Order: sequence, then C-alpha cells, then structure tokens
Amino acid sequence: MSKWPTDAFRFVLVGNPNCGKTTLFNTLTGKKQKVANYPGVTVESKRGRLISSSGRKMVAIDLPGTYSLRGRSPDEAVTRKAILGELDGEPSPDLIICVVDATNLRLSLRLALELKSTGIPVAMALNMTDIAAAQGIEIDVEGLSRGLDMPIVATVAVDHDGVVALVDTIDQMAQTPIARQTTIWHEQTADEVRTAHQMASALIRNHVKIPEHADRWTRRIDSVLLHPFWGIVVLLGVLFFIFQAVFSWSTPSMNLIKLGFDTLGETIKMTLPDGMLSSLLADGIVAGVGSVIVFLPQILVLFFFIILLEDFGYMARAAFLMDRIIGGVGLHGRSFIPLLSSFACAIPGIMATRVIDNRRQRLATIMIAPLMTCSARIPVYTLIIGAFVPNHQFGGFINLQGLVMFGLYATGIVAAFVVAWAFRIFVWNGKSEPFIMELPSYKRPSLRSVAINVLQRAFVFLKRAGTTILSMMILIWFLSTVPGAPDGATGPAINYSFAGLIGHALQPLFAPIGFNWQIAVALIPGMAAREVAVGALATVYALGEDHGALGATIGAQWSLGTALSLLAWYVFAPQCASTLSVVRRETNSWRWPVSMFAYLIVLAYLASLVVYNTTVALVG
Amino acid sequence: MGSPIPLGSARKGLRGIVASVGDNSRQPLGLATDFTDELERRLLEIGFVEGARIEVLHEGFIGGDPIAIRVDDMSVALRRSEANVVMVRPFI
Repeated sequence: MSKWPTDAFRFVLVGNPNCGKTTLFNTLTGKKQKVANYPGVTVESKRGRLISSSGRKMVAIDLPGTYSLRGRSPDEAVTRKAILGELDGEPSPDLIICVVDATNLRLSLRLALELKSTGIPVAMALNMTDIAAAQGIEIDVEGLSRGLDMPIVATVAVDHDGVVALVDTIDQMAQTPIARQTTIWHEQTADEVRTAHQMASALIRNHVKIPEHADRWTRRIDSVLLHPFWGIVVLLGVLFFIFQAVFSWSTPSMNLIKLGFDTLGETIKMTLPDGMLSSLLADGIVAGVGSVIVFLPQILVLFFFIILLEDFGYMARAAFLMDRIIGGVGLHGRSFIPLLSSFACAIPGIMATRVIDNRRQRLATIMIAPLMTCSARIPVYTLIIGAFVPNHQFGGFINLQGLVMFGLYATGIVAAFVVAWAFRIFVWNGKSEPFIMELPSYKRPSLRSVAINVLQRAFVFLKRAGTTILSMMILIWFLSTVPGAPDGATGPAINYSFAGLIGHALQPLFAPIGFNWQIAVALIPGMAAREVAVGALATVYALGEDHGALGATIGAQWSLGTALSLLAWYVFAPQCASTLSVVRRETNSWRWPVSMFAYLIVLAYLASLVVYNTTVALVG
Repeated sequence: MGSPIPLGSARKGLRGIVASVGDNSRQPLGLATDFTDELERRLLEIGFVEGARIEVLHEGFIGGDPIAIRVDDMSVALRRSEANVVMVRPFI
C-alpha cells in the first residue's frame, strides 16, 4: 500500500444495487485499483486512487450495493461497518458519495436520507442523467439539492465531463471541511422506513417530473425476455451461445498456454542437470502454475459474458426465470449464475456466490457447485469415452460418445438438485429466505468498465487459485517423486514413491468399485486438479506424454466396468484441492470444505459401486 | 377501488394501490414470525409501502411463480408466498 498515501482524502461510493456505481468507480479511478478482502469477512473491498485537478490525492472506496444500512447479509453489513468506521484499521470515511440512478430515484433518496443520519458529509452523484433525459424525466437538481441539503452533481457513469465535475465537487468539499456531526443513525424500524419513504416521495413530487410509462424499452424487452415461452427460448439460446464461446473461443489460447508451459518445463529439464531441483522446477512448479493458468482463457470468456449480461440487466431476468426450477430445492434464482460458472470451473463459481445475499442459500450453492461438470473433467471423460465408447451415430445426428458425455453432465446436475434439496431439509430444517430482487431497467453496458471488471476477476482467480494450487502441487509432486526409484527398478518411479505406497495401500478399498492399483496411484497426484489424472495415468503406465497411447493401453487393459466406474467416480469425487481451499476461504471455516469432501467422496464411492457392479452383471 | 386482496393471488395485468404491508393476521401464511418480520422490512425497503402503485407485469412459466411487479417506478421480482404479505386494493 506504499503508493496509497495514508493522509489522502477518503470517500466511499454508496448506492442501491444497479445504480451504475461500479461503472462510475471504474471511470473515476481507471486501472489504478486494488481489490482486497475485508478482514474477517468474505466481502471484497475495491479501492482506487485519483488526483483532482488541484493536485489533491484521494482514495475512492467502492462499497457493496445496498437498499439500506440495516444490512443483514455479510455484504450489506460491510457497507454499514465501513461507513461507521467499525472495521478494523479502517476509519470512517471523510465523505460519502451517494450514487443515485436518476431513472429510479425513490429508493435512492431514502438511502440518501439514511446516510445523512450518520453525521458524515454526504454528496450525491445523480447518475445516468442521459438515460433519464431520454425518458423525459425532468429533475430540478438545485431544488432537490436544497431539499436534501447536500450537493448534487449530475453524472453519466461512462462520460468524462460529469465525472470531472464530481471530482471538483469532492475537491471543494475536502478544501472546506464541514464539521462532522454526531451520528444519530440507528437501525430503522418498519414505521421509520415508511416515514422515510414519505419524505422521499415528497421530494419527488416537488422536484421531479416523471412521464407516465417513462421506461418503454425495458417494458418492451421484458415482454419478450420474461415471456413464459419466449423468455425460456431466449435464455436457452443465450446459455448455448455462452457455452459455445467458452469452449471454442478459448481453445486456441489454452493450447498456446499449454504449449508454452510444456516448452518451459522441457527447457528447464534440458538446461539443469537431472535431479531433484530440475524435477521440482519442471514437474512441480512449472507444471503446477501451468495447470492453473491454462484455465484463464475460459475464465476470461465466461466472466466477460457474466459481467456483460449483469451490466445489461439480463442476469436478474435469468434469475427470475430460473427461480421456480432451482427455488423448489431451496436455492435462490441468483444461485443460477454461480452454478453456470461452475461448468467452467468451480472456483470462479464459488467466488460468484457473493451475489446471493442470504447465507443459507449461498452455502447450499457453494456445496453443490463441484457437481457441475467443470472443464477439468473433460480430458478425463474424453480419454475414457474415446477408449471405451464406440463412435456410433443414431438417426444421423446423435452420437453415442456425445450421448455418454451428455449423460455425465446431466447426472451431475440432477445430483446437485437432490443434494440441495437434502441440504435444505436436513441442514436448514426446511427454512428458506425471501426471494425479493429488483429487475433493473436495461442499460447499454460500458465495454471499458466490463473489461476492467473481467481483468479484476482474472487477477483474483490467478492469485487465489495460483497460490493454493502451487503449494498443493509442490506437496503432490513431493509425494509422487520421493523416495525415488531404487537402482535396477523395473516399474515406473512413481510406484516407489509415497503416492505409490498410498495408492497400493488404498487399492483394497478401491477393489469393490473396480479400480486397479494404477488408478488408485494416479488418484493421488490427481488431487491437484482433475485433468492431472490423465497425465498421472500416463506416468503410472510409464507412457510419458503420449496420451494417444494411453487410450489404447487402458482400452486393452481395463474392463468396461472399470472404465464406467471411473467415469462415475469423476462425476462426484472431490478430486480438486484448490476447490476445497477456495471453499475454506469463502466460508471462513473448515466445517464446509470438510463436509463437502466427505459427502462427495461417499457419493462417488456409492455411484462407482453401483455402476461397476451393474456393468459387470450385465456385460460380465 | 375494490376491497384489498393479497398480492400473491393477483393475476398478470392487475393494477392497484398497496393497502397494507406485513402484520397480516387475517392471512395465516404458515411462515415463521421472524421470517415475516424480515420480509416486511425488506418489502418496505424495496418500495412496497402503503400507497405505492402496483402492476403485475409478468408471471413465471411454471405455476405463474415468481411474479414481476411494477412498484411505482421500478420492477421487482418476488415469490407469490412472499407477496401475500402485501395487500393490494385493485383499480376496477
């Protein structure tokens, strides 16, 4: 934080969800941002530096969107605590900027009145004034400013002029500091909320003219996107397009990244003398970092669409359409977005559960996220399906291999619903929480702001997953390498390592589900990440990097029962150390990752047991 | 103006005025008290106050649930069971 002067003027951005606050924050601070976690909670703080035209150094802090300071959810509580200075090492700010959507003033004005009661100076950024003007909404800014007794600056989140005026206003307020009043804030009772609404309504009556049916476009778009039939058609189309994009657009860059890390590993092996150091660097560190970064293109494409659709306003519609389907098992319509992300990787999916503002539904969503088939399972599925499932065509367009792949995805989704339902009944004793969600008016997203947010997610992903998986990879490398093979050894070196010992020791446990010792050994390094199992199998069969030969080898040596059993195993098994450590971080407790590991292992074992024995009984 | 009905029973196209929010002893909801208290506060905070103009804009595709409601100048989605806490006096 050395570049962040401690004596800088600090202001916070507070506003309703969907008021364009984050876009405004991105325009204010550009790329000079820092994302960190507040101590003790899982909510992120975003802060950015800026310098006014007079040369004053300022720090802007973007707080989670909220309708009131009452704040039940961790997100909303952070907003209140940050404002009242109740967070450790975080004094209350010098100024509050209340960001307000000019097309939707009522709730914002109530929040502005509540913010004033904190005694901290408040100014208002009247955002999206361009859209309000286009809708024929007339706002008497001076009158409103007098009525609220706070300066108001008209802004357009993506436009420079209004933002410059806002910074100038902040600068003037910093120049002549207003004495801070003692706070009279307290949690509002229901009747106080009603009174505040009446005050806000009076302000609107006196200073704002809203034409009947101001927002025609949102109504028109919604008549299609929320239509019982066409809404679903569009949603499926959007999902299909996103998945196509995630899997096809990112393939070339993923191959390039993989090639880069493979080359780097080989260069290290050729340059350094054979030994532990070269193996640690090439097989442990470079391969470990590579196995995380290879998912970056998918994460970038996925988050690009998620953030684009969120900024456009569509994500709330998707949640509306999906709520009945996933709400029945105790999830929230908003669980849909994180679960969707989990098809790329459970890590960003679990990170994205922050959009769910109640704890029970958030935890349920986290717990089932690993059941969504992530892209790391695809190499394992492809290997086994390619070796065991014939490439038959039915009726010209259905392919048997594709059908098995689809079945694996479907099994994961159905299992997730069952687990969520069981979670609600047995863990939360049937309790649920309200589903009340604003459907924001549609807005044209700012590509610059979307880009900044996507890069931020990518950075957080690399940092979180990178640090954890790197240390896990080094541990797993150690288990798979030490002790080395004795002189005159005939089998592959991994057979003599700790992983080999553990694998052989566990093999009797795996025998009932049809796993041979090679699979049992490969599952140990496979804990690093699911796709690592493919390379680990190649190592166990002493085939080197030739995965084509691996398909032929297992095709010849495994029974169909073993192959299908391993597929079933991979639908459920928690073969991903970094998912578990992200769950630890997001839930701030060991209880959840441990329960997750336990229930997934049990499900995996049972599923494999059923699949193996059924197959053996049918095929022999 | 008709007599108040629970918002949860309203069909698409209904327009009216919020008559009351919460503490609805005439409508046993089968929901826990702390749940309804929380619900009342959240509904108030998002704009369901006495006198607010209401229009049922959309219904979900399974069983018409959840519903999308126009509340004054904004749209809000909620489940019918939760909407029952709000009583609406329909325009006739």
